[in-house]
Amino acid sequence: MQYLPNILFVIALVLGIGFFAKNVKRLSRNIKLGRDVDVSDNKPQRWKNMAKIALGQTKMVVRPIAGFLHIIVYVGFVIINIEVLEIILDGILGTHRVFAPLGALYDFLIASFEVLAFLVIVAVVIFWLRRNVIKLQRFLKPEMKGWPKKDGNLILYIELVLMFLFLTMNAADYQLQQLNVAHYTKAGMFPVSQFIAPLFEGLSTSTLILIERTAWWLHILGILAFLNYLYYSKHLHILLAFPNTYYGSLRPQGQFDNLESVTNEVKLMMDPDADPFAAPVEDDAGEPEKFGASDVSDLNWVQLLNAYTCTECGRCTSECPANQTGKKLSPRKIMMDTRDRLEEVGKNIDANKGKFTDDGKQLLNDYITPEELWACTSCNACVEACPVSIDPLSIIMDMRRYLVMEQSAAPTDLNNMMGNIENNGAPWPFNQMDRLNWVEEN
Amino acid sequence: MSNEIKVPTMAELSAAGQQPEVLFWVGCAGSFDDRAKKITKAFVKLLNKANVNFAVLGTEESCTGDPAKRAGNEFLFQMQAVTNIEVMNAYEIKKVVTACPHCFNTIKNEYPGLGGNYEVVHHTQFLKQLLEEGKISVEGGKFKGKRITFHDPCYLGRANNVYEAPRDLIRKLDAELVEMKSCKSRGLCCGAGGAQMFKEPEKGNKDVNIERTEQALETQPEIIAAGCPFCNTMMTDGVKNKEKEASIAVMDIAELIATAEDL
Ligand code: SF4
Ligand code: SF4
Repeated sequence: MQYLPNILFVIALVLGIGFFAKNVKRLSRNIKLGRDVDVSDNKPQRWKNMAKIALGQTKMVVRPIAGFLHIIVYVGFVIINIEVLEIILDGILGTHRVFAPLGALYDFLIASFEVLAFLVIVAVVIFWLRRNVIKLQRFLKPEMKGWPKKDGNLILYIELVLMFLFLTMNAADYQLQQLNVAHYTKAGMFPVSQFIAPLFEGLSTSTLILIERTAWWLHILGILAFLNYLYYSKHLHILLAFPNTYYGSLRPQGQFDNLESVTNEVKLMMDPDADPFAAPVEDDAGEPEKFGASDVSDLNWVQLLNAYTCTECGRCTSECPANQTGKKLSPRKIMMDTRDRLEEVGKNIDANKGKFTDDGKQLLNDYITPEELWACTSCNACVEACPVSIDPLSIIMDMRRYLVMEQSAAPTDLNNMMGNIENNGAPWPFNQMDRLNWVEEN
Repeated sequence: MSNEIKVPTMAELSAAGQQPEVLFWVGCAGSFDDRAKKITKAFVKLLNKANVNFAVLGTEESCTGDPAKRAGNEFLFQMQAVTNIEVMNAYEIKKVVTACPHCFNTIKNEYPGLGGNYEVVHHTQFLKQLLEEGKISVEGGKFKGKRITFHDPCYLGRANNVYEAPRDLIRKLDAELVEMKSCKSRGLCCGAGGAQMFKEPEKGNKDVNIERTEQALETQPEIIAAGCPFCNTMMTDGVKNKEKEASIAVMDIAELIATAEDL
């Protein structure tokens, strides 16, 4: 009986981490559905970007209020993990405050956790007010209805509850320490929970232990549950922001990739000496190369990683000129649609013994409409605004490529423009031979 | 004001066995659009004044392919690119200057992957250098104290991080540079990029150029400066839409400098 709590704890831990590992496997399987892309270049710069953008949060503070509050929650999260480590060790070993022998350092650590927990509570309350009372524009866009809205609030509630449990646990512990109850080592400093402690004054030792244990268990079980909630939530960004900023584009924002498959064909077309029969007949699979993207599997894996990383903050959308002027396009929605479709494809694969079975749907039309795609000015404001190096524009461009090169479905005006370039070397119907006329004109 | 300008072509120079220091890439707008042609001329006047050894491709120049690429037509883009690169490589071009941020971005960033490697500068960067080298000057103070706001072209600013050259030039005019609420890396598009110039905008509450013009008007400028022929058109239309064309001019940086120089 004596070891029952330890055994239960280990079971909970194994289950929690096991489920999480399963989700991570699913996540990586889904991301790998994307096309390969070479991101092995310039490692020093990539590490630097990750350190600056994900670790250093440099892009968050472009919006100072949200940025500052976010840094509090972020630092709180990182530091409180040290506390979680102690909880896990205590849980397995049946000890209590196993790090207590650190003495003064320990007191300082516990004190700083408490202060941070308090600041996190303040930040979370402000975040909640911004979402639900002040009603910031960018949280009210059509794509934020339903689950995304609930998800955003749920995260805040969970964080709030976890922080309160942590402080309650400490308050009860503090009382027990005062009463010299065995097992409750005198350790730690409680600058915040000392204000909760008086509520527990006069309670019996057993009630205090009950409170302390309940808070302790709920705290750690909550953390394990939260870990498994990540996969289904925009909160996944707390993990993926790191790889995502590492793999983020290093090119100038205006530089779009030159499709290699097109380069090969253009070379053949332009080279009078090329032997058309020497051209390799498609690729190995025998499937003709598809130009552009109509579904998630046509995107590359960095774009899919982007979709899972999106925090739905809407900074991209609020900077988007098309969105600001009331067009249907919202770069955030592009990312959310991509993730939703990818999840759907993943579930389809799981349900069909590891093979995707055509479901008559795709990213184009079923999720993202041509009207959205054609509203983009390729201005890169969304890319610039994203605090975690997501590139919605690259998905928009790949889908336009599909519309134009596979379906010849460009708006008429654009077809005229392209016809002019083809025939006259200018987007307007002027003769190339007149290109120098401006010199003579007045 | 003289209208005499010297515009040598690459073909002429090469026939005479000469190689210019820099190729001026005029671009489609600069060659054909009536408003943009004025920018082209202003820039050429400055080049002439500074005795820059330059040439244009003239009838050998063709669209860079930028609007085709942004519309999604990678085939057409690469056909244009490969053709242009062949011409430029045949002339052994080393350095290119252009007044169009779209040509600038495409030749600078997208041509190298297809075999076209050149040093590419935007005309504002080039003019800034000429000014610093003392080859042109902006004495006289025509614009002294005038309120000028600068609209950042997406393909110059965000796309390539050129923010300061045009601003430095405006400051050199002794003008009062006033910034819009969205500027530099947070600048708002004029609405023309990504091939939007060539089609009707999607349905919305407002056109993008109107929104941007409103931001510009908030600064109560006498002049809205631009560094892109497309932005210039969009902002000019916006100012007309607001019936402010009598009091507010939309001018390219090259035109500002040329006017200051009395060219
Ligand atoms: S690049 Fe397109 S989607 Fe992104 S902000 Fe500009 S217009 Fe909007
Ligand atoms: S793409 Fe980036 S900026 Fe846009 S909502 Fe997602 S995380 Fe925010």
